[in-house]
Amino acid sequence: MSADLARRAGSRGTKRTARRGREKYNRREALAGYLFISPWIIGFVVFMLGAMAYSLVISFSRYNLATNVARPVGTANYALLFDDPKVALSLANTLFYAVMAVPLEICVALGLALLLNRVGRGAGFFRTVYYLPKMTPSVATASVFLLLLNGNTGAINQALGFFGIPGPQWLIDPAWVKPSIVLMTLWGVSGTMVIFLAALKSVPRDLYEVAALDGAGPVRKFFSITVPMISGAIFFNVIVLTIAALQVFDQAYLLFWRDQTNSSPESSLFYGIYLFQQAFREFNFGFASAMAWVLFVIILLISLLQVKIGNRYVYYEGDKS
Amino acid sequence: MATIGTTPPGSTAEPADAPDGAGQAGQAGQPGQPRLAGRRRRRRAPRWTAAQVALWAVLIVISAAFLYPLVWLISASLKPRAEVFDNALIPRTFAPENYLEVWNQLPLLHWVGNSFIIALLAALLVTVSSSMVAFGFAYFRFPGRSLLFGLVLSTMMLPGAVTLVPQYLIWKNLGVLGTWIPMFGMNLFGSAFYIFLQRQFFLGLPRELFEAARIDGASYFGLFRLIALPLSIPSLVVIFIFEFQASWNNLQSALIYLNAGSVEGFTAPLGIAYAMTKFSPTNGGQGDYQYVMVATLLITLPMLVLFAFGQRHFIEGVATEGRKG
Repeated sequence: MSADLARRAGSRGTKRTARRGREKYNRREALAGYLFISPWIIGFVVFMLGAMAYSLVISFSRYNLATNVARPVGTANYALLFDDPKVALSLANTLFYAVMAVPLEICVALGLALLLNRVGRGAGFFRTVYYLPKMTPSVATASVFLLLLNGNTGAINQALGFFGIPGPQWLIDPAWVKPSIVLMTLWGVSGTMVIFLAALKSVPRDLYEVAALDGAGPVRKFFSITVPMISGAIFFNVIVLTIAALQVFDQAYLLFWRDQTNSSPESSLFYGIYLFQQAFREFNFGFASAMAWVLFVIILLISLLQVKIGNRYVYYEGDKS
Repeated sequence: MATIGTTPPGSTAEPADAPDGAGQAGQAGQPGQPRLAGRRRRRRAPRWTAAQVALWAVLIVISAAFLYPLVWLISASLKPRAEVFDNALIPRTFAPENYLEVWNQLPLLHWVGNSFIIALLAALLVTVSSSMVAFGFAYFRFPGRSLLFGLVLSTMMLPGAVTLVPQYLIWKNLGVLGTWIPMFGMNLFGSAFYIFLQRQFFLGLPRELFEAARIDGASYFGLFRLIALPLSIPSLVVIFIFEFQASWNNLQSALIYLNAGSVEGFTAPLGIAYAMTKFSPTNGGQGDYQYVMVATLLITLPMLVLFAFGQRHFIEGVATEGRKG
């Protein structure tokens, strides 16, 4: 995945210096280059590689916060983790949420982008309006939706009631907890929409004209031209949204896990919430690190799977193979 | 073709975009010339077809859905305690005194001040460090450059949850827990997406400019400070406002690093979370939720102002994020 990203992003830059391979490096220049990138190298070595190695060690230890000593305990944390029903529960909740949220976000964002792409004049105005939720801090979204989603007095159920639909107890009924978070996420879907909009704008218009001459209808044009031409953006959004969904935290924390006394519905216990609780409420750093590594492996596997599927379907401009 | 018109000059996307767009224009121009011209004329004359009206109607309804929670928030912030939950968009009783009383009820000025200083430091640090690293990758040739840049990009895919605990322990061992340093310290080392963004921008600058300055005796750091930075102010602004927003909204770091301290030391998001519990009617709080609404609105406003000034930058920046993938 990353190598692929790097290659494709790098290709733009390397066009300028196409004489690679037999390139001779100027020692002074190379040294200056390393000096310029040294902040990133330090950060990478200490706060990424170092932190990950540290985290791996801690996941096989019991960490004593008072003495700062990590005592090795072998695979005990991982054994505990597989025995803890809350880990399995939170993982299931998180996967279920991701499966619900990501396709909906993609469809809504793409739908909005298609509408905005058609409107011509006025698109800028609507784009601004649709982008406002993205500027709203997650705490603000949560503190408003806490009331909008209230099962008895909330505006959303009032609106549903207007159409004769009895609204659910969004924040209490275990079955509706995840949809309520999806709803909040969809309110802020405009970031994804903007990426789609940029992709749609780059589809050459003559493709549609040729297709129209061949008698293709709007549906055919959408699936035969639009979708393949923006498949790169779809692929990117799916990967980024999946990684974000698997780490869902803010909204779930604010709506359900703010205070520990609260009896929150178990279906709102997401992996990120349980990891946070284990790490920074219980200070079980060993257990939390083991959880983090399991999540890392899961995200890696899912991303690799997506890349494998993506490579079969994604069309890249310039890929003449 | 449309991209050329709508891409603002000086935007970060331009160097990558312009050749593509030009190519398309060239292709489209030859076979479809008369048809294209006809279409353009039609677009200029505002003729409202039924389809256009329907499209606008749909877009307006969607706008209402997107705006509703914000309008609701403004209205709730102006209501007395008894009416906060009544969903009326125009308050039956106006209670502008909420806006005075909120400062007594919550240390809002502290929260906003803390958040502002942290966001400012975070944004400044990351802008400087990322552009420095980006210049290193864009201008200099050195062994392992592509490999290292690949690593930079790959860190974008690293889930933050993995480094949460070890980063906390690193800050703990450095003895800076309880200070603000963990809230922005990482920004000293640059951030992958911003490095990527800024490198793209630097690659678009003509290399002759730098060669000329070298001949005039400028040092490498001089090239960066006197030529690269002043020319890239538009994309530096993008990085600055992106990071400012990210820092302003950051709840999780505040929960980890500031939650144990005094309430006055909270950031705005942590403060709102605290106020939600304090005033929530359902969890045994005091139920003066109108103060939560005022505080929420007041911490959202700076972001809306930021958006009003930097709208173009936000939307272009996000679009670029997608293009890299």
